[in-house]
Amino acid sequence: MRAIVIDDSRAMRAILRKQLVSVGFDVIGEAVHGADALARLKELGVPDLALVDWNMPEMNGLEFVVAVRSNHDYDSMRLVMVTTETEFDQVTLALAAGANEYLMKPFTADALREKLALLGFEAH
Amino acid sequence: MITSSASLDYVRELVYQRAGIVLGVDKNYLIEARLATLARELKLASVEEVVTAARGEQARKLNPRIVEALTTNETTFFRDVHPFNALRDHVIPGLLAARSATEPLRIWSAACSTGQEPYSIAMLLKTHFPSLPSGRVKILGTDVAESILARAREARYRQLEINRGLPAALMVKFFERDGTDWTLESGIRSMVEFNQFNLVTPSTPFPQADIVFLRNVLIYFDEATRGGVLRRVRAALAPDGYLFLGCAETTASVPDMFERVHIGSTVCHRPRNPA
Repeated sequence: MRAIVIDDSRAMRAILRKQLVSVGFDVIGEAVHGADALARLKELGVPDLALVDWNMPEMNGLEFVVAVRSNHDYDSMRLVMVTTETEFDQVTLALAAGANEYLMKPFTADALREKLALLGFEAH
Repeated sequence: MITSSASLDYVRELVYQRAGIVLGVDKNYLIEARLATLARELKLASVEEVVTAARGEQARKLNPRIVEALTTNETTFFRDVHPFNALRDHVIPGLLAARSATEPLRIWSAACSTGQEPYSIAMLLKTHFPSLPSGRVKILGTDVAESILARAREARYRQLEINRGLPAALMVKFFERDGTDWTLESGIRSMVEFNQFNLVTPSTPFPQADIVFLRNVLIYFDEATRGGVLRRVRAALAPDGYLFLGCAETTASVPDMFERVHIGSTVCHRPRNPA
């Protein structure tokens, strides 16, 4: 299982990386905003999973989701928003844009693990 | 103030007698921590004062509070996910086909805590069996703690709870934002009946059911209590019914009563040699 973490906070990237590794993911890359992530994906190929923050400079998480879902090369990549945006309309927008799951910050390691299990990614 | 061993022993015996939960001396820290919270709520100075009050005139009021404080209410929506996939893909379709249209399918979520498990089943039914008429499936949620059931009936969950195991698509379909909390719509709430029920009260008959979710409960009981509860589940379960236990639980204490059955990525238990 390969993953990329997209968040402008270095601390949050480190937390997410650690949690993904603990459930068996190989975190193949990190990015600080959506445009950075699109560039990284061109280098890295298609991971199984991307954890995507919403509020980031240059290209936000929602714009990243829209961009990824417009490119069928990335159809197999699961997208999980991990964000402080907790309004009902924001969740609806992200799902409509093509996010597969939505995790609201703050969250626990168990909550992330459970969201990943919903997508078929189980700890091993 | 250090809690006396006599008070800790009183709490241990009370919780065992009323809820069947075994709290060894290695769980003294848990008793101290949970009852310290209760002491603050009651504006008492220490755990010792709580126990002293419970052993005196306030026994009727405080003993249930002590038991409730020491039951574990950890739960999530769609906990462990695979049992719910088994329900959706195999168990419910099979049992519905085996029952007449006038015979309701009865699902019992025993020790349901704050309701996430029975509500997960209700959301699953609404999503995957939308044409089922009202009353075709009856969902019962029970718990030993009345205050916990009050929260279940309210169906209002904090962000940290709504984050746990609930698919986002179901969150926006069935919940609405209520301040910083999320409240389940009345249509799903009305699909679940909640009753207070103590699994270890010998005289209380278990509700008849076709599917029993009894997950992460037996681990808190001793061997004799586990066996007693499982025997009564077996008696209440339909001959073609299904019992779901937690990942770390088995029916080893009643080896002749159930057989293990693999469904997809989960294991459940079915009555052996039904009459």
